[in-house]
Amino acid sequence: MSATLFAVQTLNGLQLGILLFLIAAGLTLVFGVMDFINLAHGVQYMLGAYLAVAGYAITGTFWGAMLIALIGALVVGLLLEALIFRHLYDRDHLDQVLATFGVILFLNEAVKVIWGAAPLTLPMPDLLSGSIEIMDGLLYPVYRIALIVTGLAVAALLYVLVSKTRAGMLVRAGATNAPMVSALGVDIRRLFMLVFGFGTMLAGFAGILAAPILVVEPGMGDNLLILAFVVIVIGGIGSIRGAFLAALIVGLVDTLGRGFATDIAKLLLSPSAANDVGPAIASMLIYILMAGVLFFRPTGLFPVRGG
Amino acid sequence: MKRIITAAVTAAAVGLCGAAAQAESLKIGFLATLSGPPAVLGQHMRDGFLLGVKQAGGKLGGLDTEVIVVDDELKPDGALTKVRGLLERDQVDMMAGVVFSNVMMAVYKPIIDSETIFIGGNAGPSPIAGRACSPYFFTTSYQNDQNHEAMGKYAEDAGYKRMIVMAPNYQAGKDSIAGFKRHFKGEIVDELYTKLGQLDFSSEITRIAAAKPDAIFTFMPGGMGVNLVKQYAQAGLAGEIPFLSAFTVDETTLPATQDAALGLQAGAQWAPNLDNAANKEFVAAFEAEYGYAPATYAAQGYDAARLIDAALKKAGGKGDKQALMAALKEAPFESVRGDFTFNTNNFPIQDVYVVKAVKRDDGKYVTETVEKVFEDKIDAYVDECRMN
Amino acid sequence: MSTQSASTRLSRELIGALVVFALFAGLPVLADAMGDTFVVFFTIRIMVFAIAAVSLSLILGYGAMVSFGHAAYLGLGAYSVAILAEHGIWDVTVSLPVTLAVCGLFALVTGAISLKTRGVYFIMITLAFGQMAYYTATSLSAYGGDDGLTMWGRTEILGSTALGDRTVFYYVVLGCLLTCYLLARMIVASRFGRVLQGAKQSEMRLRAIGIDPYAYRLVAYVIAGMMAGLAGALLANAAEFVSPAYMSWHRSGELIVMVVLGGLGSLLGAIVGAASFLVLEEVLSHFTEHWRLIFGPFLVLVVLFGRGGLISLLPGGRKNG
Repeated sequence: MSATLFAVQTLNGLQLGILLFLIAAGLTLVFGVMDFINLAHGVQYMLGAYLAVAGYAITGTFWGAMLIALIGALVVGLLLEALIFRHLYDRDHLDQVLATFGVILFLNEAVKVIWGAAPLTLPMPDLLSGSIEIMDGLLYPVYRIALIVTGLAVAALLYVLVSKTRAGMLVRAGATNAPMVSALGVDIRRLFMLVFGFGTMLAGFAGILAAPILVVEPGMGDNLLILAFVVIVIGGIGSIRGAFLAALIVGLVDTLGRGFATDIAKLLLSPSAANDVGPAIASMLIYILMAGVLFFRPTGLFPVRGG
Repeated sequence: MKRIITAAVTAAAVGLCGAAAQAESLKIGFLATLSGPPAVLGQHMRDGFLLGVKQAGGKLGGLDTEVIVVDDELKPDGALTKVRGLLERDQVDMMAGVVFSNVMMAVYKPIIDSETIFIGGNAGPSPIAGRACSPYFFTTSYQNDQNHEAMGKYAEDAGYKRMIVMAPNYQAGKDSIAGFKRHFKGEIVDELYTKLGQLDFSSEITRIAAAKPDAIFTFMPGGMGVNLVKQYAQAGLAGEIPFLSAFTVDETTLPATQDAALGLQAGAQWAPNLDNAANKEFVAAFEAEYGYAPATYAAQGYDAARLIDAALKKAGGKGDKQALMAALKEAPFESVRGDFTFNTNNFPIQDVYVVKAVKRDDGKYVTETVEKVFEDKIDAYVDECRMN
Repeated sequence: MSTQSASTRLSRELIGALVVFALFAGLPVLADAMGDTFVVFFTIRIMVFAIAAVSLSLILGYGAMVSFGHAAYLGLGAYSVAILAEHGIWDVTVSLPVTLAVCGLFALVTGAISLKTRGVYFIMITLAFGQMAYYTATSLSAYGGDDGLTMWGRTEILGSTALGDRTVFYYVVLGCLLTCYLLARMIVASRFGRVLQGAKQSEMRLRAIGIDPYAYRLVAYVIAGMMAGLAGALLANAAEFVSPAYMSWHRSGELIVMVVLGGLGSLLGAIVGAASFLVLEEVLSHFTEHWRLIFGPFLVLVVLFGRGGLISLLPGGRKNG
């Protein structure tokens, strides 16, 4: 195993991690601040991708598509908040799970009715469609590099917003003790709406960015939702820093696991047994990781809320 | 989900014949996966089947035909419940369809046990072609290994010496690699088994780029295939390392992969450009009716309807089940794939091609035959079938 | 809560349970009279999922342990029976103890680890173990992997193939459901059950009086796992087929939805929830291909306007959850 290969695989892992972070950031923010389990986060990601495809059909450019999709995702998110979610903030977690599950069913089906069951695509922007050769015979798309840069920028922006601004201070305070913030005269409803709208935009934004490299199809958000939950739970719910690190760890473990698990299994087992065991282990590696982290740190790597 | 398509029963006919019209109708239960990401496969198969019924004037074999379409949701136990409903409550005369092998394995036994004629529209797992074969089951598709075997033989004929094979880590994936190896005798440099529903293939693509094989073979159905094809092209490998595939590059995924898939190859027993009269009529009618290009699933569904139509005519109705089964076995219809006969296990004997993705003049992305790999392909399990 | 309201609540639940089980018991006779054999088959499925839902309700509704990996036990139970059958062992005297032991052991090990966490972390760690079981099953090539495994018959009782008869099988499943329901009722009403519910409300108070709820939770978790395993064994027999799809996270999610839909903190609610989930799915999907456009909003409305789940909407139902 050459050093170059290892380095490239590490880069692949980081890039998957960044993508996961973009999806998980909004989820952990909403969950952490509002104590609201939003299972619909995954379909909001899907909606971002679909709206971008629709936006592309109208404007014919990636950037126009992005603008339309961001606005559309925000509008739908705020609509959902006003109609349904607002009434669930003070309810049991399980009520939130049931209601947002209903939203998932509805939106997955609605997308199929509107855009059809066939997978769709969003072309890359011309500006970013080039690629560079990072290894003999392997090109690395500029778009993916842009994705990494964007992810880092979002992480930095969130860091500044949360730790340096007044709104961020309230968000942190809300994550630690929401009733107290409310008691101090802060309009918690407005704060919640702000946070939720922001979280929705982030989910939609992730969907837009993923559309050129991943398939756009009904239900595309369901498995990613689970991955996003894995990320925020490992990181500690409500912690942006935790989500960022956990996303990178999950991305790395998953990519390197897929890259090397079978090779490692071959050292110990016969080739055919290794081909059975290696991929099976690689598939469950992130779950083993999560179980392990939670066993030693029952509230994730960077717990925010006490107890 | 159940959509009932009642044929255009004219009021006059009902009025005249009364109870007799009732006896002369045909009820078919059609099972397809129509929800979740793989819904597009079921949609093709269903649309093809319904087109066949429509072209027969809503009367397969002259019988007023009602098709009850049921979504199996890709849940084997749920599918089984729905099939029980079709058999016992709706009392269908025949069953047809089924996209996925795990659903097929769940519903096969109860349908066969009830001695209901069952026309498979896609999945063809090896047990059903072999030791568990049944005189009640016919399929207008293929045995699951067929396209993988075709690509193995094609790779061998093309003189590829070193190959990487890649498939999702589940049973169909392992079967696919086994099928490929049956005819490919060169060196397999690496076997990559990926996660079901995998999104990002950069790890695997990096391995492929590092190993520099003569070609790769992959079985990556549905959205996974779209992700792989896009990323394979973006990594600059599409023009460099030949991409042989099965159930990965077809008209269900091409709308999403578009240019990224151009030139990529796949094994199939049918393509829209196959040169025969039945196929020309089918493709034109399908695109006129539904506005998208048909994939193999659609062709198989269409053939299933036409097979039923022709067999019913030959047997003179549905009354004599043994006569109907005998008629089905003769496959007295013009298949859109040209030559078509049933083997002793009721799986087709048919030609298999290598196809590649092209952009048609009207802007639609479709597959096109490159060359014939197998003439009158027979599946590997037929000898295990002891049908009485 | 006063003693009186507690006792009226109990009698209401008792009346409800009598009605529900009387309906179940009489159904085959009714179906026979109407010549509808499918409804018997369908109700078997309802009762199997009701057993799984009751077991989940026991830990979720009374112990606040939201297991998002509960379908793993359905799968483990199903695979235990099917794998034994594949090796020619059909008798219930072997397969039932093996099923319960496998599920109990899995619950004991994963529960011991999972119960170190709380709340959402518990949800996710149980999901993790569920996914591990799922991926293990998909890679079991010898037993069909993802394609699943067909059982060419049903479990035998001391050499008798009586379960092959649908009506007999129906009443066996009903018997299992009744047993599980009564067992769960007894557990909830016992001192053990009160500790469990106490731990849900205030763990600190329990610790103050010298009770460590960990062991209680673990025992409850193991019991629930074994019950769900029994449901899995019945599911395998009902379908005569097993597949990893039985233990996907979607299925775990559906079980949670059934319990919450029916009404948290009510065992009868779990049965009502399982039945209404499956019946609605069946009925709605007859109307339209896009039945989820109706079902999704229905779930939202139940949450918004039916606090306490469906059971609270029934006549005589409880007003608060």
